[in-house]
Amino acid sequence: MELTRRDALAALAAVGATVGGGVLAGRYDPPRADAASDAGSGSAAEPTLSTDLLDLLDAAAEVVYPSGVDGRRTFVETYVLGRTENQPAYREGLQEAAAQLDAVARDWRGQPYADLDADVRDKLLRDLGVETAEPVADGTITERIRFYVVNDLLFAFYSSPTGGRLVGIENPIGHPGGIESYQRASMSPSSAERSGGTNER
Amino acid sequence: MSADGGSGGSDGGVGDGIDRTPSPSADVCVVGSGPAGALVAHRLADEGANVVVLEAGPRFEFSERTAQQEQHIRPGMEDPWEMGGPRDAYSTEGRHYPLNAARVKGVGGSTLHWQGMVMRLHERDFEMQTRYGVGTDWPIDYDDLRPYYADAERAFGVAGAMDNPYAPPREEPFPLPAFPPSYSDSLFAEACERLEIDMHSVPNARNSEPYDDRAPCLGYGTCKPVCPSGAKYTAESHVAKAEAAGARVIDRVPVQRLEHDDAGETIEAAVYATPDGTEHRQTAGQFVLACGGVENARLLLLSASEQHPDGLANSSGAVGRFFMDHLFAGAGGRLDEPTRQNHVGFNTSETHQFYDDTEPVEGLKLEFLNYAGPSPVIEALGADTWGDELAEQLNESYGTHVAVGGLVEQLPDAENRITLDPDRRDDHGNPVPHVEWSLGERTERAIRRANEIQHAILGELGASIEWTVGPESTGPAYHQMGTTRMGSDPGQSVVDADCRTHDLSNLWVVGSSVFPTGGAMNPTLTIAALSLRTAEALSASLSDP
Repeated sequence: MELTRRDALAALAAVGATVGGGVLAGRYDPPRADAASDAGSGSAAEPTLSTDLLDLLDAAAEVVYPSGVDGRRTFVETYVLGRTENQPAYREGLQEAAAQLDAVARDWRGQPYADLDADVRDKLLRDLGVETAEPVADGTITERIRFYVVNDLLFAFYSSPTGGRLVGIENPIGHPGGIESYQRASMSPSSAERSGGTNER
Repeated sequence: MSADGGSGGSDGGVGDGIDRTPSPSADVCVVGSGPAGALVAHRLADEGANVVVLEAGPRFEFSERTAQQEQHIRPGMEDPWEMGGPRDAYSTEGRHYPLNAARVKGVGGSTLHWQGMVMRLHERDFEMQTRYGVGTDWPIDYDDLRPYYADAERAFGVAGAMDNPYAPPREEPFPLPAFPPSYSDSLFAEACERLEIDMHSVPNARNSEPYDDRAPCLGYGTCKPVCPSGAKYTAESHVAKAEAAGARVIDRVPVQRLEHDDAGETIEAAVYATPDGTEHRQTAGQFVLACGGVENARLLLLSASEQHPDGLANSSGAVGRFFMDHLFAGAGGRLDEPTRQNHVGFNTSETHQFYDDTEPVEGLKLEFLNYAGPSPVIEALGADTWGDELAEQLNESYGTHVAVGGLVEQLPDAENRITLDPDRRDDHGNPVPHVEWSLGERTERAIRRANEIQHAILGELGASIEWTVGPESTGPAYHQMGTTRMGSDPGQSVVDADCRTHDLSNLWVVGSSVFPTGGAMNPTLTIAALSLRTAEALSASLSDP
């Protein structure tokens, strides 16, 4: 199963983000621990990311998405960049939650979150109580990670046609997939499957 | 601060620079911008009247609709329509009534969050007393309303088909073709055929093709409470038309009370408050209350005076009484095959076959749901796991659900009522509405009857029945009706057949609060039809004061 750019754009449409130049061309200029220190703005109470935010989110996506998903990194990148463009408050919340997760990884496991093995990343989230936490944007660290990291990634995935297809619905809630699918007895071929068919000719 | 243009400036402290001071020479002041208020405002403005509309809630920008959809789908986000808080405080007694889930304050009113099912009442709904000795008759009948129903269907752009053998007579096709039946409907069709139950299409206030400069349905699946495509009709449409015709619509200005002349015979002003607390007096020749089934009554009660000590237009004592809603009855379960649910957020098949039955006489209509069972994305966001384990869980929980829902009529009961809570105040210091609402044995019996039919259908379908919403677990369908009932006897009713109050010659009330009985059909098409009829009567009184 492959996540496509189209999936990412579909997920973006579900959060009302439009794809501007920043999405296509830009990346975060990631705030790193050393950079923050150099700038003199970091403090022990406000942990900063030691890695690119997108690396961390992709690492989290590998855990919260089902296995066997291709194209994940591009999907996450396109979605997150588009999602946070022109939404500074959301971007700040996401960045803070990611930084907190990264700080916990360094405290507990001695490495940045993105550098841990996938099973350790999974266990760390569960040890933090994220699996049963309520998603609260301004809540505890665990609640913020659930809101900004886990739930945002899950929302993007399962409101996209590819994520929906994995569980039996090609037009999931949040996706403007038209009014044909509800009339059909089974899932229509995906665009990837259709293009595959074209190639076979 | 009570002087016009007080501390907050002309925008009332909102900070958007929009003038919220009164219009100097309004012919008509409409309180509320839901479908009732918007349609009246549009018709009168279109005829050249100087119309001002006062709306308690904000104007929600259409560009934010997808973000609001996310707020609906994702747990832990704010209510997309910002309901709740001190502005909307209320109290309940009897069966809990979740008032703030049941209405929206904003430009467009509760059509912002409604699902958009629009069917006409049946002929019998207008004469329940004469026919069955229950409830009360309306002062008009179906034929009186029939042309206005057609007008309302054109205004909304209703998608429907002439395939309902139980519908009341109609003269012309629907403006838009009906949405095709769902795959799920096809599964029900075989079972219903064996049971000799007729299924038919659902009239939807939702574009099945482009109409009135609005998009066709794009299948977002979240009709209720947010349609990001604009395919679902909202009263924003007629607010925009009213404004284009010259009406002025002021948002964030809850009306505090109405003030009358010395004799207590006509209304002189609607006193509204801006967010900075400044009170303003909007004078006008005619006043139209269109603020919903609870606030219409509350505003009349809040406006009590020496001449009208029990509240305005309340010489009958009926203001606030006879509060009704429709009751949800439903049952659902699973099949051993895919049922293709949750692609769209609206229904495509119903049956009105049992609506006119006499055992019981309460109306009931059944809906074949296209959104039975969980949506994977919503379940994922509340799940206690992720990764492969979550995908397995979603695969197990999604895909084979079916359900039959329905609405059941509640007959009017004077003890179900809206009063003012003497112990609780809103953000402007006014007593909050107190909702006393209970179900009688009659209603419970009608709900059980709906459940019987639903179980028979599901059983014939071969579904395992996993849940039933019956008399114990039922809840309201969010259709607040009856609190300013219409009638020809001023001793028994609040407004006349034109929706003008018996007691005050320039005060009109529109919306489902005027329904003497509620039937079991979603009320908004009837609200619209009555409003268009009222606009006509009001227009005549403007030209011949």
